[in-house]
Amino acid sequence: MEFFRIHKTIPFMRHALVLNIISFATFALAVFFLLHRGLHLSVEFTGGTVMEVAYQQSADIGKVREAVSKLGYPEVQVQSYGTSRDVQIRLPAQKGMNSDQQSAQVMQALKTVDPSATQRGIEVVGPQVGDELTTNGLKALGMVVVGIMIYLAVRFEWKFAVATVLANLHDVVIILGFFAFFQWEFSLAVLAAVLAVLGYSVNESVVIFDRVRENFRRYRKMSTVGIIDNAITSTISRTIITHGSTQLVVLSMFFFGGPTLHYFALALTIGICFGIYSSCFVAAAIAMWLGIKREDLIKGTPAKRDGDSEDDPNAGAVV
Amino acid sequence: MNRYPVWKYAIIVIVLLVGLIYSLPNFFGEAPAVQVSAAKSTVKVDSATQGRVEEALKTAGLTPDLLTLEGGSLRARFATPDEQLKARDTLQRALVPDPSDPPYVVALNLVSRSPAWLTSLHAFPMYLGLDLRGGVDFLLQVDMKGAIDKKAESFASDLRTTFRDKGIRGTSVSRNGQTVEVSFRDAAALQTAKQLIQDQFPDLTTTETQDGSNWRLTATIKPEAARRLQDAALKQNITTLHNRINELGVAEPVIQQQGLDRIVVQLPGVQDTAKAKDILGRTATLEMRLVDESAEGRAAELSGGPVPFGSEKFLERNGRPVIVKKQVLVTGESLTDAQPGFDQQSNQPKVDLTMDAKGGRIMRDVSRENYKKRMAMLIFEKGKGEVLTAPSINGELGNRFQISGSMTVAEAADLALLLRAGSLAAPMEIIQERTIGPTLGADNIEKGFKSVMYGFLAIMVFMCAYYALFGLFSSIALAVNLMLLVAILSMLQATLTLPGIAAMALAIGVAIDSNVLINERVREELRNGASAQAAIHAGYDRAWGTILDSNVTTLIAGIALLAFGSGPVRGFAVVHCIGIVTSMFSAVFFSRGLVNFWYGNKKKLKSVSIGTVWRPKTDGTAVAEGK
Repeated sequence: MEFFRIHKTIPFMRHALVLNIISFATFALAVFFLLHRGLHLSVEFTGGTVMEVAYQQSADIGKVREAVSKLGYPEVQVQSYGTSRDVQIRLPAQKGMNSDQQSAQVMQALKTVDPSATQRGIEVVGPQVGDELTTNGLKALGMVVVGIMIYLAVRFEWKFAVATVLANLHDVVIILGFFAFFQWEFSLAVLAAVLAVLGYSVNESVVIFDRVRENFRRYRKMSTVGIIDNAITSTISRTIITHGSTQLVVLSMFFFGGPTLHYFALALTIGICFGIYSSCFVAAAIAMWLGIKREDLIKGTPAKRDGDSEDDPNAGAVV
Repeated sequence: MNRYPVWKYAIIVIVLLVGLIYSLPNFFGEAPAVQVSAAKSTVKVDSATQGRVEEALKTAGLTPDLLTLEGGSLRARFATPDEQLKARDTLQRALVPDPSDPPYVVALNLVSRSPAWLTSLHAFPMYLGLDLRGGVDFLLQVDMKGAIDKKAESFASDLRTTFRDKGIRGTSVSRNGQTVEVSFRDAAALQTAKQLIQDQFPDLTTTETQDGSNWRLTATIKPEAARRLQDAALKQNITTLHNRINELGVAEPVIQQQGLDRIVVQLPGVQDTAKAKDILGRTATLEMRLVDESAEGRAAELSGGPVPFGSEKFLERNGRPVIVKKQVLVTGESLTDAQPGFDQQSNQPKVDLTMDAKGGRIMRDVSRENYKKRMAMLIFEKGKGEVLTAPSINGELGNRFQISGSMTVAEAADLALLLRAGSLAAPMEIIQERTIGPTLGADNIEKGFKSVMYGFLAIMVFMCAYYALFGLFSSIALAVNLMLLVAILSMLQATLTLPGIAAMALAIGVAIDSNVLINERVREELRNGASAQAAIHAGYDRAWGTILDSNVTTLIAGIALLAFGSGPVRGFAVVHCIGIVTSMFSAVFFSRGLVNFWYGNKKKLKSVSIGTVWRPKTDGTAVAEGK
């Protein structure tokens, strides 16, 4: 089998400008939704009580909601969880009552409506834990960004580091934008997925940049654009197969992993799709706009140091 | 060109063997068992206990198929739950003759079914997180400010006593937040006192101020002393929690410090949150103080008059007010034991208390000076105090004395438990709580396992179809990767959680990346007209740099998660990081070993089974060269 029978180098960078405008628009849209709607944060961040209740028959969500809201909760979320017989109830933290009383009260109310209701699980989080998680999450994000930038700057060149990190933040913001737009629950597991995507998507850019560096060594007369195009073209088969395989696993998690892994898998799916796109068009294009040159990557070659604004003398016309 | 020296193969074989042995215990499942652990700190579970257990089981006609003694607890494994229950009853009878004073806790448990020879190699299965087997999980916050406030209060009272003993007159000592303030009538007294504090209280630093004719000395707890204090408070709270949870008889509880001021408690198998909280939630500190027997005090107690200065009002459990002096005589720290029993003479239930030397000395002094007066035992929960009991002192007390009075047997047992376990160094509060039902746990583990399995199968089918023999090699490398991952996690005795399983699934996806990189590279070399052997060699060589770079960056993300994550994120990060490391070994070193073993010795290798290597019609370098 061979899926990719590519005769010619595909001129990816010819479309860079248009695609960059599109990705900037998507990015802006994601930021807009993040600011406008905000993330639907899970109980781990907000504090409160989440109860999972199982029924013998399919649960009537409306009735459950009614029973709980009668207890005087202004804001209560009831949704089915996994199967139609399992219901998840989220209660905001209430003053003057501890979680024990809260859950006992709710269970009692539910049992009067339907005696088959049984409590499967309960999770109670104090608000100060949530604040800490948020700061720690941001710290982790910061450390990933700085760590990756330093590594790439040492192994490659600062322009690549900047391009890669920008492309990755683009992915992360877009995932968050999706979660804000659809109001999917943003839990700790999703945070883990987002940070994993950050590492994973760098992976992608690194493979392409690695090839760019190699191409600079190999084809001394090719233009920068040609070299980037060639690098993306010759790694595209690997890119798609790798992401395809990872996606297979993620889909398996999505379908078989149960409700807990549902949003985790979803975040990864978005991350994988945008990861392909961003490493080809965002990272490579930014590196191109930043003006990467042969000398940036191949140190030790007797390239002209003076007059660095001039074009590379070795870079002839595109062959 | 593509040959490994023997030592490289040897490494592969050894790693595979070790990986196999240490991942094996995870596949045997769990068997019913009975766990015996000590209920008191004075009792030890050792080989003598093992002998007793063996004998007791033998006389009852039961033979455990495995008996292990590890970390102060003894576990006997049985074939059926029926035998397990019988054994529990037998051991309960044999080891715990008096249920009111149990030396051992005999609890039901589950242990791995893995054979004895694996256990003897220290190959244990991974520990399953609560989300996979059900139970309760608490996060407790220790009130460190409360601990330091209390210490400051005790310093204040110590200073008061010391000044009195040394004859420094005209001083007044008061606590102001976390500092102790002393005022003096003259400068000479201040200097003497300052010298005294320097000599006798190394944990305090002093600053002096003078305003008018008023000399003042402010004593502050040194920062390093405060830190030591916090550390000790946390440790003591953990010990106390251990004692309390032992009373619950939970098999394998987890009680761990998290950060500077938090404690994680996990109770597998416990579904009754209320009961668990009841025991844990007695986040109490114990204090002994004198009852204020002055006229005003009596008046306040009987008719609700104003509480005199220097005293506080607390309620007894039946709602009667008791006016108690603010000065703390002894705290729960000095109490070493409390046991319920019966008074021989009056035949009434009683509680026997044992104090440490310091506490005993104080009790002796206090009882001598306050004969026939009342002493209150207060328990503080979440900052609110309650009088447990306020008996009168009927003689000189030493470091052993008893409380008796109108108590039932159950009340005496309850009081003893509270007194014994009540010695928390600082108040605590539950700030996070999770309960996972056992069916939910079983669901989680099944779903997690399925998603890993189906993902793995899908990739394997694809790889074999797309890359032929090389795809098979990649699949084997992937399986080895999974095995090593499980083996390392088992060796570390890591706790497997649902996010951990997710990371395992993701690791499969990410690990295949290295194989794809290699295989694509080999194809590319073949396309460019390289000979078979050269293509393999160049493929692995060239891909290595890329694999290293991409894995290091992924690893950076993983380490950041590990450093700042908590709970599920950490569980994810551990598996993620280990997965990256094992994938480097399996995808690069191991899979090359396979390829070398297969192709390396063939001198005139014509073709490589790596699926279709498509060549453009014009010439072999068309793709690489562009137009």
